[in-house]
Amino acid sequence: MDLAPDTLVLLSRIQFAFTVSFHIIFPAFTIGLSAFIATLLLAHLRTGREHYRRLALFWTKVFAVSFAMGVVSGIVLSYQFGTNWSRFSEVTGNVIGPLIGYEVLTAFFLEATFLGVMLFGADRVPKWLHAFAAVVVAVGTMMSAFWILSANSWMQTPTGHEMRDGIAFPVSWFEIVFNPSFPYRFTHMLVAAYLTTSLVVLAVGARYLLANRFVEEGRTMARMGVGMLAVLAPLQLLIGDLHGVNTAEHQPAKVAAMEAHWDGSKPADLVLFAWPDAEAERNHFEIAIPQGASLIVTHDPNGLFPGLKDFAPADRPPVWPVFFSFRIMVGIGLMMIAIGLLGAWLWWRGRLFDSRWFLRPVGYTWSFGFIAILAGWMVTEIGRQPWVIYGVLRTSQATSPIPTSMVAISLALFVLVYCVVFGVGVLYIRRMLQKGPTPTVHAPDQALPSRPLAAAQRAAREALAHGGKP
Amino acid sequence: MTGLEYTLPVVWALVIGTAVALYIVLDGFDLGIGILFPFFRDESDRDQMMNSVAPFWDGNETWLVLGGGGLWVAFPKAYAVIMPALYLPVILMLLALIFRGVAFEFRWVAKPRHRKWDIAFAAGSTIAALSQGIILGGLLQGITVVDGQFAGGAFDWLTPFSLMCGLGLVAGYALLGAAWLMMKTEGPVELRARRMAPRLLGSLMAFVGIVSLWTPLMIARIAERWFSLPNLFYLAPVPLATVLLCWACWRGIRSGRTVQPFLATVGIFLLAYAGLVISNAPWLVPPTLTIWDTAAYVGSQVFMLIGTTLLLPMVLGYTVFVFWVFRGKLKPGEGYH
Repeated sequence: MDLAPDTLVLLSRIQFAFTVSFHIIFPAFTIGLSAFIATLLLAHLRTGREHYRRLALFWTKVFAVSFAMGVVSGIVLSYQFGTNWSRFSEVTGNVIGPLIGYEVLTAFFLEATFLGVMLFGADRVPKWLHAFAAVVVAVGTMMSAFWILSANSWMQTPTGHEMRDGIAFPVSWFEIVFNPSFPYRFTHMLVAAYLTTSLVVLAVGARYLLANRFVEEGRTMARMGVGMLAVLAPLQLLIGDLHGVNTAEHQPAKVAAMEAHWDGSKPADLVLFAWPDAEAERNHFEIAIPQGASLIVTHDPNGLFPGLKDFAPADRPPVWPVFFSFRIMVGIGLMMIAIGLLGAWLWWRGRLFDSRWFLRPVGYTWSFGFIAILAGWMVTEIGRQPWVIYGVLRTSQATSPIPTSMVAISLALFVLVYCVVFGVGVLYIRRMLQKGPTPTVHAPDQALPSRPLAAAQRAAREALAHGGKP
Repeated sequence: MTGLEYTLPVVWALVIGTAVALYIVLDGFDLGIGILFPFFRDESDRDQMMNSVAPFWDGNETWLVLGGGGLWVAFPKAYAVIMPALYLPVILMLLALIFRGVAFEFRWVAKPRHRKWDIAFAAGSTIAALSQGIILGGLLQGITVVDGQFAGGAFDWLTPFSLMCGLGLVAGYALLGAAWLMMKTEGPVELRARRMAPRLLGSLMAFVGIVSLWTPLMIARIAERWFSLPNLFYLAPVPLATVLLCWACWRGIRSGRTVQPFLATVGIFLLAYAGLVISNAPWLVPPTLTIWDTAAYVGSQVFMLIGTTLLLPMVLGYTVFVFWVFRGKLKPGEGYH
């Protein structure tokens, strides 16, 4: 081992956080986008209206680029468990290994197979088969999320296993897969993915309407985006609340950090803003609603739940990142509810498409869903610390026996490569969105299944050919 | 050891061994195209080369995910030793594969300013191949393990032997790539590949020969496996068949055959792979851990094997389908782009 194990753990955590954060952006987007495209194709099938199909084919190009970046950044993760978290891999291999294995076999290959038909089959297969392929891809992304979130939830609320000589052994696969936090986390993440995509769709639609381009498509996008937000954003608040109650039951220290609640012997105030001070075990500059947090967490203004002081300092998560990430996530969530309800009201009044005061700011909110997702993951992952498997294995004991310098080198390389490669990819998506849904030109470059990147490249080339200008 | 505890790891070793062999052959030829890229100066030649592997490389790389993921599922203790022991080459391989994969597609986007992606494609492919060879060499030469944990240094993998394995794999993949071009292209690209191939075959033979002599000299256990009696008689066909295939490959190259050089090269690869398995079975992390030492809990292996039995045939079927759809030669200027 080496002289600075703390640094090794920290750098390993940063590297995993960095690579997984970059990764999650793309699947989160493609989960929602594939469902959106499938819906559009089904709508086209039912109504026969051409602009649904045009929209579907346009967003399919964006989907292709995002999916490709999700794939290449995902391969890195499947190896990183071993390279940087070998102790973790050994302890959990019997339990989590098969969940990841099933993800590869059920979701990876299902998506890969039908993706080809979805991306390149528009003119080659019957319309119903094309729509069916899009539905299967959407289901595939959900199944992928199912297994990954099952594995992650098991790390948060491990059940169905027993420990022998420090290694986890499966006892009940049902209890492992459907561990206590899994139903909440899975629903919460899935709805988050749909919300994120809805906001992107709405923001792009709003921009088209403001610029008076692609008006018919813009209206469909605005309507669908607003409709999804108006229904899902309030629902997400409810799911989030249930998830929070579940967390309070199974991971009380995380909830205490989320609320910056120190003293468990008194009802907790709802802290709107504060600077939590872990040294002094109190909050500075606190603005709070008395007993508000007790009401939210226990559904009783006088209810008690453990404070951070109820846990030994070595068992507490870092407070301020969890506290602030949680507020960013909730703040964006509330904003989504406001956009959804306001938009629905405008829609009802028949003014959704010409209320510039509404469309203009909404056009800038495309990134908010991604920020909320990253913030939410920071709440749950940092909030789980100092454990990598809650109550079973500490993060500090899960790393690989490698020198710190190696991790420092690889982290630097990852940052460099990811920023260049994915920066270019995001740039291409931006150009595609700016260019908008033009009538599809049948390029001679038809590629075939197993090549998700080909559509991306074709789309990006079209975008470049137009210099990214309207 | 009960029956299942003995047989399941063997079954899993076969499954993962097959996935790795498929990966080496399949991704081998498209990595080989990248390695050969600098030797073809013409833009249209390079377009044709890339187009010849374009529909396949995504699927080919999926076998790498299955190999790595499968190792974790079935042999978690081996996964937990091998990955940290070979940290830098594994990370380098992953980064090279990202660069190469993206370069593969962005090259067409960036035209006519695609030079940087040509470089990224060639360098990424070469570094990925080199890293894989080094990983192989690092594993063959042995990993220091104490109490089931990796206990060696960060650069233990860096030896003349592992570097030679790396170069050997680069040469081997290049030959696979050249054989692929002879099979799948026409015109100047095919001719050039045919002219380069004998030298690549020669270097691959040299590397295979060196490894075959070096490993038994370095490791007594391997010498005993091959040269003790009666093993010598049973195993002698392996090197003899390799020599025969090299001759068939050379004949195929010189007499203008299209499929024969590729099949012969695949045969050489599979025999070399079989040779390594013969040398090392049942060791998964030589010289300390066998497949049984590192196997996952029986229940976990069964749970995963059920899914694999059902799903893997579908995957294989899909792979065969794609290769069938894109059968035949690709003329200059023709492509899927």
